[in-house]
Amino acid sequence: MSGQIPILKVKGLTKKYGEKIVLNGIDLEVEKGKVIAILGPSGCGKSTFLRCLNGLEEVQGGDILLDNESLINKSTKWREVRQRIGMVFQSYDLFPNLTVMENILLSPLKVQKRNRSEVEAQALELLERVGLADRANDYPRQLSGGQKQRIAIVRALCINPEIMLFDEVTASLDPEMVREVLDVIAQLAEQGMTMLIVTHEMNFAKLVADEVIFMDKGNIHEQAPAEQFFTNPQTERAQQFLNILQF
Amino acid sequence: MLNSGISVLFEGVNLERLLLGLLVTLRVALIAVVISIVMGILIGIIRTSKSKLVQILFKLYLELFRIIPILVWLFVIYYVIPANFDLNLSAEVVALIVFSLWGAAEMSDIVRGAIISLPKHQTESSKALGLSVSQMYRYVLIPQATKRCIPPMINLITRMIKTTALLTMIGVVEVIKVGQQIIEVNNLEHPTISFWIYGFVFFLYFVICFPLSRFSRKLERKWAT
Repeated sequence: MSGQIPILKVKGLTKKYGEKIVLNGIDLEVEKGKVIAILGPSGCGKSTFLRCLNGLEEVQGGDILLDNESLINKSTKWREVRQRIGMVFQSYDLFPNLTVMENILLSPLKVQKRNRSEVEAQALELLERVGLADRANDYPRQLSGGQKQRIAIVRALCINPEIMLFDEVTASLDPEMVREVLDVIAQLAEQGMTMLIVTHEMNFAKLVADEVIFMDKGNIHEQAPAEQFFTNPQTERAQQFLNILQF
Repeated sequence: MLNSGISVLFEGVNLERLLLGLLVTLRVALIAVVISIVMGILIGIIRTSKSKLVQILFKLYLELFRIIPILVWLFVIYYVIPANFDLNLSAEVVALIVFSLWGAAEMSDIVRGAIISLPKHQTESSKALGLSVSQMYRYVLIPQATKRCIPPMINLITRMIKTTALLTMIGVVEVIKVGQQIIEVNNLEHPTISFWIYGFVFFLYFVICFPLSRFSRKLERKWAT
């Protein structure tokens, strides 16, 4: 557990929109193979934090280190970083003009210039794993929200990332479809994928996360092993948050 | 007798003249449409720029063609410019200039609207997958924007074809002008002639514009999802 070199290190990460501070010096270390759930009320900066990690947001201070290399400088090739840090969003963000298979193949073929038959085989295997192999030639409009989201996960996995970021991927799904998507993520956790998961599904976080980060108003209020966080939260703010969620 | 006029339609070269007039109408419309589409796509993409100056300049250009009637533009360029700049432009060239400028302005608005109406997460997920900006436009944004552009573009093309009727006002001998000439010659002999000639012109416009309009409706429905 300890003693491992973290694959991702965040130091004093600061993000501002004009005068408004969204992230107020975030520190975090992520070890390889760890699953970290990021919890917190809406607007606490958790999504913004994820978006900073793959360069979708500009940061105003602090540093992000991937394998000990700083990402916060002018020479950073974000296109390469993004092939190592995959991301899935809340909106069903498949490209509607492409079939499922074309969606998955786009980046491996055009960005990574990989061999088509090799990528196709990998894509089919991944589709099989999420139970959607028979949908390879469908267009996104023919799929349900949960199916789209599973495809979006496959699409991100097919570029062979080392870390996956999940930004509230079940938040806009029909409740009946949440499970099928969470199952896929749980499966990834078992396989040892390093993941940062922003979620509102507390039971899911409890189940798959090794560690929980509780954020509020741009700060990390509490960071603890998942078990400990849910049974015995240390900060008052986290206790409040968990109480509200408990019916 | 109402149907005494119809015979004039088939007398001499009348029918041929009307069809040749229609050809002028279509020639002006189609050349202007092609120029408009090319310029409109370029200007439309430029107008998605974040630069305020670019936005304001092209917005001004678009509004000038929306606010000022096309007929006034035709008069201004046909009568005012030759008189003051010692430039002699034929009526058809003036028509092409005005229609191209107008069409490009409207097309650019369609193209710009289609691009900016694409959901932001299409851009973001392209980026998150490591696509470059040109790959993002080529594989993701332009194919989606094209679908959104085509139905309104066809509507605009129909509008441009219909608006060429104004060209009779600057003396382009297009289908309506030919019709008027035939009417003037035969009016005394056949008092119902204008009914037949204008009816025929009506029919010609309908035959050209109706299929276009149907086609765009069909595409709109097909691509609604």
